[in-house]
Amino acid sequence: MVDPPENVRLTRRALLKIGALAGGGLVLGMALPTRAAPLPDAADAMSARTLPIPADPSADFVPNAWIRLQGDGRIQLVLARSEMGQGVMTTLPMLLAEELEVGLDQIEVALAPVGPDYVNRFLGAQATGESTSLRDAWTGLREAGAVARRLLINAAAATWEVPETECQARRGRVHHADGTRSLAYAELAVLAAGLPVSEPSSAPIPLKSSDAWTLIGTRPRRLDTPLKVSGQARYGLDVRLPGMLYATVERCPVLGSRVRHWRGEAARAIPGVVEILMVRHGVAVVAETSWAALRAREILEVDCRPSINGAADTARIRARFRAGLTGRAALAHRQGDVSAALDAAHRQIEVVYEVPFQAHACLEPMNCTADVKPDRCAVHVPTQDQQGVQETARRLTGLPAERIAVHTTLLGGGFGRRREQDFVIDAVELSQLLGRPVQVIWTRADDLRHDFYRPMTLHRLRGGIDEQGQLTAWFHRIVGPSLFARARPSEMSEGLDPTLIAGAANLAYAIPHRRVEYRRADTPVPVGFWRGGGHTQNAFVTECFLDELARLAGQDPLDLRRTLLADRPRHRQVLELAAERAGWSAPPTTGRACGIALAEAFGSVIATVAEVSASADRVRVHRVVCAVDCGQVVHPEIVRAQIEGGLVFGLTATLKGAITLSDGRVEQGNFADYPLLRFDEMPAIEVHLVQSDAAPGGVSGLGTPPIAPAVANALFALTGRPVHGLPIAPSAF
Amino acid sequence: MIPVTLNGELRELDLDPNMPLLWALRDHLGLTGTKYGCGTGECGACSVHLDGVPVNACVTPLSAVAGKTVTTIEGLSPDGRHPLQLAWIVEEVPQCGYCQSGQLMVAAALLTAHPRPTDAAIDAAMSGVLCRCGTYTRIRRAIQRAANPEARDG
Repeated sequence: MVDPPENVRLTRRALLKIGALAGGGLVLGMALPTRAAPLPDAADAMSARTLPIPADPSADFVPNAWIRLQGDGRIQLVLARSEMGQGVMTTLPMLLAEELEVGLDQIEVALAPVGPDYVNRFLGAQATGESTSLRDAWTGLREAGAVARRLLINAAAATWEVPETECQARRGRVHHADGTRSLAYAELAVLAAGLPVSEPSSAPIPLKSSDAWTLIGTRPRRLDTPLKVSGQARYGLDVRLPGMLYATVERCPVLGSRVRHWRGEAARAIPGVVEILMVRHGVAVVAETSWAALRAREILEVDCRPSINGAADTARIRARFRAGLTGRAALAHRQGDVSAALDAAHRQIEVVYEVPFQAHACLEPMNCTADVKPDRCAVHVPTQDQQGVQETARRLTGLPAERIAVHTTLLGGGFGRRREQDFVIDAVELSQLLGRPVQVIWTRADDLRHDFYRPMTLHRLRGGIDEQGQLTAWFHRIVGPSLFARARPSEMSEGLDPTLIAGAANLAYAIPHRRVEYRRADTPVPVGFWRGGGHTQNAFVTECFLDELARLAGQDPLDLRRTLLADRPRHRQVLELAAERAGWSAPPTTGRACGIALAEAFGSVIATVAEVSASADRVRVHRVVCAVDCGQVVHPEIVRAQIEGGLVFGLTATLKGAITLSDGRVEQGNFADYPLLRFDEMPAIEVHLVQSDAAPGGVSGLGTPPIAPAVANALFALTGRPVHGLPIAPSAF
Repeated sequence: MIPVTLNGELRELDLDPNMPLLWALRDHLGLTGTKYGCGTGECGACSVHLDGVPVNACVTPLSAVAGKTVTTIEGLSPDGRHPLQLAWIVEEVPQCGYCQSGQLMVAAALLTAHPRPTDAAIDAAMSGVLCRCGTYTRIRRAIQRAANPEARDG
């Protein structure tokens, strides 16, 4: 990805958006149409200590903005993405602060309301996901900071009656070159806001060159950490509103089934229970406390209608998917003539791989708090899709969008799950029915049994090598349910779901004859976005298959990849770096072996080497070495943490549980049957970052795709038995 | 009335003795730092100290805390400067942060019992608290840092 020229013109449009805050100050918007929207919560809305009960949203309106310089000296930088652990509460303000010339210690982070200025261009909505936040913000936020800095400098120059070139901005002040004068941004804000709107300036405002950066590329401490180590961080379940009720909803266990009737006399007798009522998704128990609601729900009797999904189970889904491994399919990629090349191949193999449904298992179960009044609505929610929340509330209440305030709390994990609206519907519906604020709490079982799962997929691959051992033919058929058909139907084309073919259609390896197909096979199991997305299935399959072909050709897996990446220096660099740091060429410790895998996703490239051992009851991953090229690095420590986190997320899917279906129900209901990787199962992890001048790529989902194939390939090297499905059963080795 | 010393303060709780401590803390006592993760004692997000020993508050009824001392994340230190809290900041441990109250409380009990814990002791103590973000490596480093006064401020 190449950045546009790194400068911005101080356009009339940008200037027109400058206006005074009610209290005197400067608001700077982006060059997008703006409209009035509710005032963002205070900067520390996420701190329980200073928990502000949201003001009446009709009481105050300000224009959308990224930077709010208050007359009282506070510098607020607006965050329009959800903090779910990936560090946007630190990295996105860093972009603004870099150009605005303020220190992170001088700013407050204010949370954005819903508004068009805050749309994520990658997702087409005000939403967070698919490792896009930093890529989306990279140029725009720096430009917003640069324009504000220029205005402040202009104001200082006008005050002192000196040329602007003699003024310099530094740590929240503009200094004059004579060294005797300076003005704080707070003092200048009022002046800057009063500057006349001028015609577009002829001089572009250059963004700082990378060698002038003082923040980008450094590792300031995360702004959210102090709250998170003191119990003060405020997640969705920590929202407390006056008069708030707690609710939990019993859903029918058979996916898609509806309630026929229910009996709640005994449940209603539990002290604290306020109401039991039918809602869209099931039967809700509403009480004065969480415990009363949860207890009453346990003795609630709910009878569900028979459903056509009642016979659905994993074996049947597998059989259907198997049928789709042949016959018609949508063409995702075609190059050369793969049939002819396979026919002509000296040797060829065919392998079928299976990847199961996976849950998100965010540690904070789904929840939402809504306060619906006749003339307005406030939703307090850990969400990855603010725009979707507003739209959901608008549809349910009939209120206009500007009367619906969305207050984003911290997210106790997101991983794509919190882009959905099901838990929002529960809360808005209940608050509307009861006329009081309601917090809807999902239990762990609700969370695991009613997820939008990472799709299960089957894959048939065929590969052929010629007499010289060259890989000449590659065929890959993917069978699985479509996610985009529901989530982003406009991006479906010719039967292709971009996320199901991600990383498979655009394989980096140079193979002369290659064909990739997708066969859509929907099931009763809802599917959704998951950390790493479709790359997680496809990297597993393609990287494992490549190792099988390397074995067939009698080549070292690293050598084969190097050959196939001859014209891909970026990929080769991470591959060679990971191999070198992992000691690929050295003989492994007895009883252990290494596997390597590569993935390209979200504009970044990663290579991962895993060192494993296996016994009858356990596959043990001892060490993982990653090399990452994610372009320019804004905060190296956060990048490393994200790679580590993505890797552990993927390791859970590699070694631990899967979501399975029986009699139309998800079989897993807690961490006992959907286990997560534990502390004592952790490998040692090294993450090496490659120097790059490219625009930043995504990293949140980057660590996940290559870990499963790296582990599988290591086991293949160790035992000679290839891995054809996940999670890996130790008994197979 | 259930007498309990909560974060250093004697409290008389007029609550159902069957109520799990977790919900008493969160819904009645305003202490939301202790988290609900599973409700069955499988994830450790609700870990608090009961007479100094870590327990899962979600499966500990109030009747079991009568006359005892309970410490939550809010009471771990008066100023948020417990050596573990400082080490957590230096090592950039939290990502989403949801499990970290539980991680810190279990780690704090470990250090009280074993001021210089071995790796095996850290494994044994910490393996009951799940982290979906994968911060375990940093948690280990932070515990080692807090256990080693010379390294604390680095």
